[in-house]
Amino acid sequence: MRYSDEQSFVYSQRETQISRFKAWVLFLVPLAAILFQVYIPLFFQFLAYLELPLIVTVYFALMRRSPIGGLLVGALVGLAQDSLSKNPLGMFGITKTIIGYVAASVGLRLDVDHPLIRLILGFFFFVFHQFIFWALSRGLLAQQVPFETQRTLVLGLLNAIVAVSLFHFLDKLKERT
Amino acid sequence: METLLNRYRNITVLLLVIFAQLVLLAYQVKNGSDVRLIRVWAVTAVTPVARIIEGARGGTQGFLQNYVFLRDSRAENERMRTELGRLKLENQFLKTELATADRAKALRAFEQRSLSKMIAARVIATATGASASAVFVDRGTTSGVEKGMAVVTPDGIVGKVLAAYPTASQVLLATDPSFAAGVVSQKNHVRGILKGLGHGNCRVDYVQNEEKVETGEWFYTSGDDRIFPKGMPVGQVTSARPGNPFQDISLDPAGLAGGLEEVLVILEGVHQEIPELKTSSQPVYLAPPPPPSPGDAQPASDQAASTGPNNAPVLATDADKLREHYKEVSDAQGHKFGDNPVGSKAVNFNLPVKPGENPAPAAKTQPPAAPATAAAKPEAQAKPPTAVRVPPQSAPSPQPETQ
Repeated sequence: MRYSDEQSFVYSQRETQISRFKAWVLFLVPLAAILFQVYIPLFFQFLAYLELPLIVTVYFALMRRSPIGGLLVGALVGLAQDSLSKNPLGMFGITKTIIGYVAASVGLRLDVDHPLIRLILGFFFFVFHQFIFWALSRGLLAQQVPFETQRTLVLGLLNAIVAVSLFHFLDKLKERT
Repeated sequence: METLLNRYRNITVLLLVIFAQLVLLAYQVKNGSDVRLIRVWAVTAVTPVARIIEGARGGTQGFLQNYVFLRDSRAENERMRTELGRLKLENQFLKTELATADRAKALRAFEQRSLSKMIAARVIATATGASASAVFVDRGTTSGVEKGMAVVTPDGIVGKVLAAYPTASQVLLATDPSFAAGVVSQKNHVRGILKGLGHGNCRVDYVQNEEKVETGEWFYTSGDDRIFPKGMPVGQVTSARPGNPFQDISLDPAGLAGGLEEVLVILEGVHQEIPELKTSSQPVYLAPPPPPSPGDAQPASDQAASTGPNNAPVLATDADKLREHYKEVSDAQGHKFGDNPVGSKAVNFNLPVKPGENPAPAAKTQPPAAPATAAAKPEAQAKPPTAVRVPPQSAPSPQPETQ
């Protein structure tokens, strides 16, 4: 079997594993994630560092394995997040659009049901998200914000651990085929 | 072409979506305005949910607290039957303590005490983002809140209104890196700019290294920023050390300590004075000054400040007295200073001054030292010329013209 045939086989195999969700899940889960981010840190300030909208975006993009679906989910979640933030509209939108697209593309290539893979992806996408946001802040808004590498790595690990647990919970909301 | 689009469909959609958002972003950055409609929708959609959650939480908490309180009251009533007098007083004390500790009442008390017009608001949500330094409060434009208004608590400043929506407002906290406010220190009145650091602390910028700022010193708003009225507490200095080019002053914002639940939005600010620093040293008792006795001379400072009749200065020093003596001697001999024609006779300062020859007014000199006054007394007339009290070392100069 040639490499391209093998690749096509893997792709088609992954495409058969596309998870489907009910509409209310696709609407309510991101909304709950955003509400969590705007409300819970009032009482537990350390939870402000939890990027639940990002985790949810990554999950839906990975599971649906559709780059266009992933980027649209990312764009909508990002814009919703932008509208409740102090940033101009589009900062989180662009960031999460890219994250959604990349996550869906990765989902086509990897077995994203394995907890270890999910942990690594959760960590990677958090760091990637922070980096894109930082780059956009500097490049588009000319904000002199420092990129705190050590802090980002630690938060990335924490978010990845939460992501693995949340992915496990969200798996139960998948439509049974 | 169609095949090409199908082949690159994903990347094309990605680029289109990013491009659309870039245009949106560029529009906001270029015009300096916001796409307000989207934000209003989002905030209006989220605010009711947040209110419901907050209401449910507050209700549950209130119910539990009331239940516990009632249970405590019942137990306390039983005890009061046995120890009526003492427990009545204790109960009253506890009630007063509870009332004082109540945050809402404290806010109201501060609101009434302050000269500024304020409105109380409850924090209902935080802004999104991992390092969000903004919150939402449940008062908006319908309550009179406008963009740029100051937000405070009785403990200190909290932030400013970043955006006002009909039912809620977004408040930028003082810890946000984009926040800035004019501040002034309490002790030495050192002025600076308060800036957020993105986490718990703030810093005070643009303070010269020569200025004196101490750890523990309080900073207050200076009112220069036209946002916060002057005299609002900001926080205490946690560290101050020389930096380049300005001092590195770290400050703990007092208004954000202990979490945020209720805040006050200043609708109309009134500047107040910065409270004076209370010194820890005890006051020193100073006894009243003794009454002046008739024979005592007036203090030199008072003499210098006072004037005699006709606004003539009262003589105070020996030099003045000596000068006056020379003038009397020269007047007695008909000499006029500054008028020395050729062949005129020099003044003889060794001659005694006869009382009747002195044309100078007696009031020009002090009573004890003035020869004119002494001449009025018979016993003084019999005294030798030393009665003018010229010290021997300051004997008359042989060159009177030089005077």
